[in-house]
Amino acid sequence: MSDITAGSAPDPYRLGRSGGHGHGGHGHGLLSATGHGQGGPASKFVTVAYGFWIFLLSDIIMFSAFFAAYAVLSTATAGGPSGKELFELPRVAAQTGLLLTSSFTGGLATLATHRRSMAATQFWLLVTGLLGAAFLFLEVQEFAAMASEQAGPSRSAFLSAFFALVGCHGTHVGLGLLWLGTMMAQLWVKGFRPEILRRLHCFGLFWHALDIIWVAIFTLVYLLGASP
Amino acid sequence: MLGKLDWSAIPFDQPIPLGAALIVFLAAAAVLIWVTVKGYWPYLWDEWITSVDHKRIGVMYIVLAALMLLRGFVDAVMMRTQQVLAIHGPGYLPPEHYDQVFSAHGTIMIFFAAMPFVIGLMNFVVPLQLGIRDVAFPTLNSVSFWLTATGALLVNISLVVGEFARTGWLPYAPLSETTYSPGVGVDYYLWSIQISGVGTLLTGVNLATTILKMRAPGMGYLHMPMFCWTSLASNLLIVAAFPILTATLAMLTLDRYLGFHFFTNEAGGNQMMFMNLIWAWGHPEVYILVLPAFGIYSEIFSTFSSKPLFGYRSMVAATLFICIVSFMVWLHHFFTMGAGADVNAAFGIATSVIAVGTGVKIYNWLFTMYGGRVRFDTPMLWALGFVTTFIIGGMTGVLLAVPPADFMLHNSLFLVAHFHNVIISGVLFAAFAGFTYWFPKAFGFRLHEGWGKAAFWFTLAGYVLVFVPLYILGLLGMTRRLQHIDLDMWTPWLIVAAFGILVMIVGAACQVAQLVVSIRHREELRDETGDPWDGRSLEWSTSSPPPFFNYARLPHVENEEPYWTIKQRAMEEQRPGEDESYEPIEMPRNSPTGFVTAFFSTLIGFALIWHIWWLAIVGFIGAYITFVVFAWREHGDYEVSAEEVERIDRDGRAAQLAWLRRRERVA
Repeated sequence: MSDITAGSAPDPYRLGRSGGHGHGGHGHGLLSATGHGQGGPASKFVTVAYGFWIFLLSDIIMFSAFFAAYAVLSTATAGGPSGKELFELPRVAAQTGLLLTSSFTGGLATLATHRRSMAATQFWLLVTGLLGAAFLFLEVQEFAAMASEQAGPSRSAFLSAFFALVGCHGTHVGLGLLWLGTMMAQLWVKGFRPEILRRLHCFGLFWHALDIIWVAIFTLVYLLGASP
Repeated sequence: MLGKLDWSAIPFDQPIPLGAALIVFLAAAAVLIWVTVKGYWPYLWDEWITSVDHKRIGVMYIVLAALMLLRGFVDAVMMRTQQVLAIHGPGYLPPEHYDQVFSAHGTIMIFFAAMPFVIGLMNFVVPLQLGIRDVAFPTLNSVSFWLTATGALLVNISLVVGEFARTGWLPYAPLSETTYSPGVGVDYYLWSIQISGVGTLLTGVNLATTILKMRAPGMGYLHMPMFCWTSLASNLLIVAAFPILTATLAMLTLDRYLGFHFFTNEAGGNQMMFMNLIWAWGHPEVYILVLPAFGIYSEIFSTFSSKPLFGYRSMVAATLFICIVSFMVWLHHFFTMGAGADVNAAFGIATSVIAVGTGVKIYNWLFTMYGGRVRFDTPMLWALGFVTTFIIGGMTGVLLAVPPADFMLHNSLFLVAHFHNVIISGVLFAAFAGFTYWFPKAFGFRLHEGWGKAAFWFTLAGYVLVFVPLYILGLLGMTRRLQHIDLDMWTPWLIVAAFGILVMIVGAACQVAQLVVSIRHREELRDETGDPWDGRSLEWSTSSPPPFFNYARLPHVENEEPYWTIKQRAMEEQRPGEDESYEPIEMPRNSPTGFVTAFFSTLIGFALIWHIWWLAIVGFIGAYITFVVFAWREHGDYEVSAEEVERIDRDGRAAQLAWLRRRERVA
């Protein structure tokens, strides 16, 4: 009775359409239901993942507003330091490496859930969390260094936009870590239940979305900002 | 300990807000005492506050909207009377209070009256029309509602604790920055809109997922009722536009709380960016409100003309056209701010082009009535009132879309008249129409027709009497938001507008009377068949009020008017559909998560407004614990046994069978 039935073949491509639990939203449904109108409501797994996708799209739109503000204000340094003087590309490279690797290990955790291996899942989730925490540590260090050099967010509109955009991403990573920790505990106590598998799947989507946003930040903010 | 909060926050020297607050407080206390004395708390808690049933949540949204509509209406009455009493004089509202009144009026009407009304109707109707049992995420739905209620509560607290914003319904920077608005008014605005905005965003995600992924078997996209189509478009707009509002208000919040420089005058801040960002949300918001309204009218024109909707596919195309183009017109809100002639021209053309999509809809409604047997029940009256007056608002909109004309008319009462013209007939009339139309489905009895018709005629007359003079005053050069008036030329029209608002008060009183009379005479107005208007879409196929699971078995859909098909077949075969076996149903369990979340967000919001940092931290910890407790619960769903489903379903079917028999005898 799970979306990805334990014991039988894992279901990486058909996304839970093989299981019996929770189909038809709140009741019986047809096994082939995709939500496109022929077979009735989609399975709970599809609905949850789809809804979370839509939420992520809205989150990306929120980031796009911060990106737009940054683009408008990136030259408004008000006589203060510019990105060229402030950004340290080696640190950013390390941050990028950490975050992208954490997405990879997050993927390994997903593969471990398909094997129903508690130890491997927990291990890879932990590695994912640690890499994320290291990323966050470097970011906080960067922010603290900038603030101590009189380059805090209230120095200029450029720095306001920078701190808001990068800080918003950092806040997302921080909340993601809180979520991850809660979920690891839950997985430990309750095991591979359908709802926990759904949430792990959503977390995977979330973590990858943060990668996409980071790639944009690292290109548009750091690389463009540090280039002559 | 209490941040900026002390006794000076209570306006003891101002009798009007204090008196108003006292009345609200006494009314609320009376309700609470009545509920306690009658012992209704367990019922309220189990059946409403913790309910995750989309129908209950829809009703609660509409109750909230109706209360806030009254509050916003009182503000409107104050503005109209102030402008009459303040000709060559101070009137009764000092400028700083008057500024709060017009700011609160706009904020409340858009965010806490129009939005909850529309969202409430979508919540109630969409799952029923789709032939399913609930929305995609029922508990999230409850959270959304309670976050909206939190926002409304914070705005109303500002009436007596502190002050509300004086910056208009959109807090234009730099006026809204701490330099020019040091008080807590703008903070009340920011946190109440931010919190309720999160609720709205979650609703958008929820309903978009519901419509895209959870439809009855056979209901392809082009079999969906028109209201579901327009709701889909509206919710996609919510998902695409509300994050921009969240980001913009977050930027202003950072400016005000942490000394950032997004929109300030100093350090390179850019005020025009605020205009661009807020209207990049603000214009789609107009269509978020009006698209579901168009859907309501589509349902009503078709039902009360006893005809299928004319041009179904062109209606779908027009809806999606409006949905997309609504994102390409925001700059028309600030043509005068110097973007240049070519930019203004591009946005002016895009704005005019939207009228084409709307025009398609208008003609479709007219052709739906053509050749039909039109019944003039109250919902149809609202719809007809809409078509006749909305066209005028649309025309003045196209006029304002021409940049040179806008240079003359912007910021005048002509503009005020234009957007009230479209939003009252477009959204408010639709809300009333939908309310009257679906009320029997929600409560099992119809609303009193006589009082409904009286409400319609008084509201329509009052609305014309208020806003036609405002158009004329705008052409005579009167700007908006004037606290006193020194020009005699405007006097007669201001008096007509004030008389108009008196007529609207009578209309509002008729609405209240309609509700009271209908509840008292509910036995005579009982709807036994579940189909009081000879409806065509699925919601009329279940009983009124529907069982909590809506449908004992999910209906099979073959075309865009599934219930009409079922009904015709039943009348031919003289029996109501096939009698099948019943199966157990899984339903979501009630959850206090929404209410508890709202409790903590109220704490967080209030604490942040008054800079009570420890309370904000407590609130955040509480919210996190709520989240963990919810995630940890054992069973989200429970099973309704097949016998229980059968028992409930048989009652509903018996009434339908009795109706068929009666009809047979008449024939």
